[in-house]
Amino acid sequence: MSRFHNLLAVALVLVPLPAGAGKLGLGRPALPAEIRAWDRDVRPDGQGLPDGKGSVAQGEEIYQERCAACHGDFGEGVGRWPALAGGQDSLTDDRPLKTVGSYWPYLSTVWDYVNRAMPYGDAATLSADETYALVAYILYLNDIVTEEDFVLTRENLPSIQLPNRPGFRDDDRPQAEYPLFRDHCTKDCKADVRILRRAENPDLTPK
Amino acid sequence: MSEREKTVRTRRTFLKGSVAALGGAAATPALAGQLPDPAITEVQPWRRRLGPGVDASPYGLPSPFESHVQRRNVPWLTAETRSSINFTPLHQLDGTITPNGLCFERHHSGVAEIDPSRHRLMINGLVEQPLVFTLDDIRRFPRENRIYFMECTANGGMEWRGPQMNGVQFTHGMIHNVMYTGVPLRLILQEAGIRPNASWLLAEGGDAAAMTRTLPLEKALDDCMVAFAQNGEALRAENGYPLRLLVPGWEGNMWIKWLRRLELGDKPWMQREETSKYTDLMPDGTARRFTWVMDAKSVITSPSPQAPITHGRGPLVITGLAWSGHGIITRVDVTLDGGRNWIEARIDGPRLPKSLHRFYLEIDWDGRPMLLQSRAIDETGYVQPTMKALRAIRGENSVYHNNGIQTWHVRKNGEVENVEVS
Repeated sequence: MSRFHNLLAVALVLVPLPAGAGKLGLGRPALPAEIRAWDRDVRPDGQGLPDGKGSVAQGEEIYQERCAACHGDFGEGVGRWPALAGGQDSLTDDRPLKTVGSYWPYLSTVWDYVNRAMPYGDAATLSADETYALVAYILYLNDIVTEEDFVLTRENLPSIQLPNRPGFRDDDRPQAEYPLFRDHCTKDCKADVRILRRAENPDLTPK
Repeated sequence: MSEREKTVRTRRTFLKGSVAALGGAAATPALAGQLPDPAITEVQPWRRRLGPGVDASPYGLPSPFESHVQRRNVPWLTAETRSSINFTPLHQLDGTITPNGLCFERHHSGVAEIDPSRHRLMINGLVEQPLVFTLDDIRRFPRENRIYFMECTANGGMEWRGPQMNGVQFTHGMIHNVMYTGVPLRLILQEAGIRPNASWLLAEGGDAAAMTRTLPLEKALDDCMVAFAQNGEALRAENGYPLRLLVPGWEGNMWIKWLRRLELGDKPWMQREETSKYTDLMPDGTARRFTWVMDAKSVITSPSPQAPITHGRGPLVITGLAWSGHGIITRVDVTLDGGRNWIEARIDGPRLPKSLHRFYLEIDWDGRPMLLQSRAIDETGYVQPTMKALRAIRGENSVYHNNGIQTWHVRKNGEVENVEVS
């Protein structure tokens, strides 16, 4: 009997941690050098931008070598690769063209993405100065800056407004849509039904 | 007579008929001149010879007769396959769980092939103590098992302007539904200590695109998870091995794969995937942003263009999937006549929030053409809208969040095509 009690006592010691017990003490502190290596994201207010600068002319040179094969000599996009320039005032057209100049709201996003993911297939190889230069050149391709000696820097980047900055609003489906989508008629819901359109192009669907 | 009454009656008549047929089978004169079935009368090779042994396939694959069941991509859709998407073959699957090898893939810079011993998860930003975790560390947190759908926001995007793709795999196949094992994100964040001024979270992947998305901290602390397993085994490389973020009910793009970093901040980061992409261009030229939730949706997976009716008239199983980012599906209706009359379908299997639901409607098909549609209703009372209703609000330049009702035109010969009806 007393042996049984001892076993029970051991078992109680091993009772699981209660839910919400607070910190478990897992992981280790991240070192400043480790955070610097990975935390390279940039926000619209400029937070995260490193020191550096680059001109339109410098950017053009890098662009022709590392970007133009996919994005085209003038940012027009080759084949189905994304266009970076053009499309201004096309957002209500039948076929809008969404580019940095016509659609993107923040220049910081361009800096962040080029630095993060480009060149495609050779990411994380651009220096800060090269990234500033490329972003300056993309501004130039979109006529947002017009001087070839324009220099983009950590200091002036957050103050440059892209044209479509006011073009965005928060999700309004809860007000604009949800109240409308509540009817579930089950009987005689329509007078007549006709086929309006068909998936007619046989080349679109893979065989 | 209503469509529902008609179906119930025809079904009852049919059942009575089958019972009679079974009872009188032996004596039916029609069978007299019929040749015996060689599948029965001849000894098949697998009946005589030994099959492979237990050491033949240490990791089992489907039967060779199922080798046509595959993810497919659409070559014209993207510039190349490493920044592209493929599609789950919904027409060939049943139940609610997607097999791991058939979960659709979407990559921005190809599949990151990560050595787990060199993978780390960092938490930094507005925390008391920035931390680094190994995978072994993550496995020491309390775990949860949850089944969630994960739908690419662009699922159905090719259909915005009208029917294009003749196959449910291509119209609706950017979705999968698996059981994840992982750790509530809140527990991992609490470990680093969330500062009071933190309100947004940036999640970052370790692939060659270092994919990022911002999400509100409120969601992160609600039901988000960091998962390392799908359907009981390690995540597949193409689905984020060794670690991915789960953002239940929200757009698939936010479910960062190959998760390596979480940063807390006081403002959204406005990354590429939440500004230039995954925003919804409206008819007036403005765009909706932060459209995170995936609204209720459903589709008939069979019959469908890739799964025509091959058995002629008589008993027919109509089946499909329904889901909602707002919770559970309370009801699915099916119409045979393009939306004039609707019949409540039978939901079978697990009914879990933010997870695929499987529905069935068994009918006695009389061989007449049908215009099949399904319509999901979720726990908020939201009713899946028609394409027309969506376009009336969003115009034709939208790409994402197409949850409109799909129509399949079933011809007399059982072939099925993708159409839109009045």
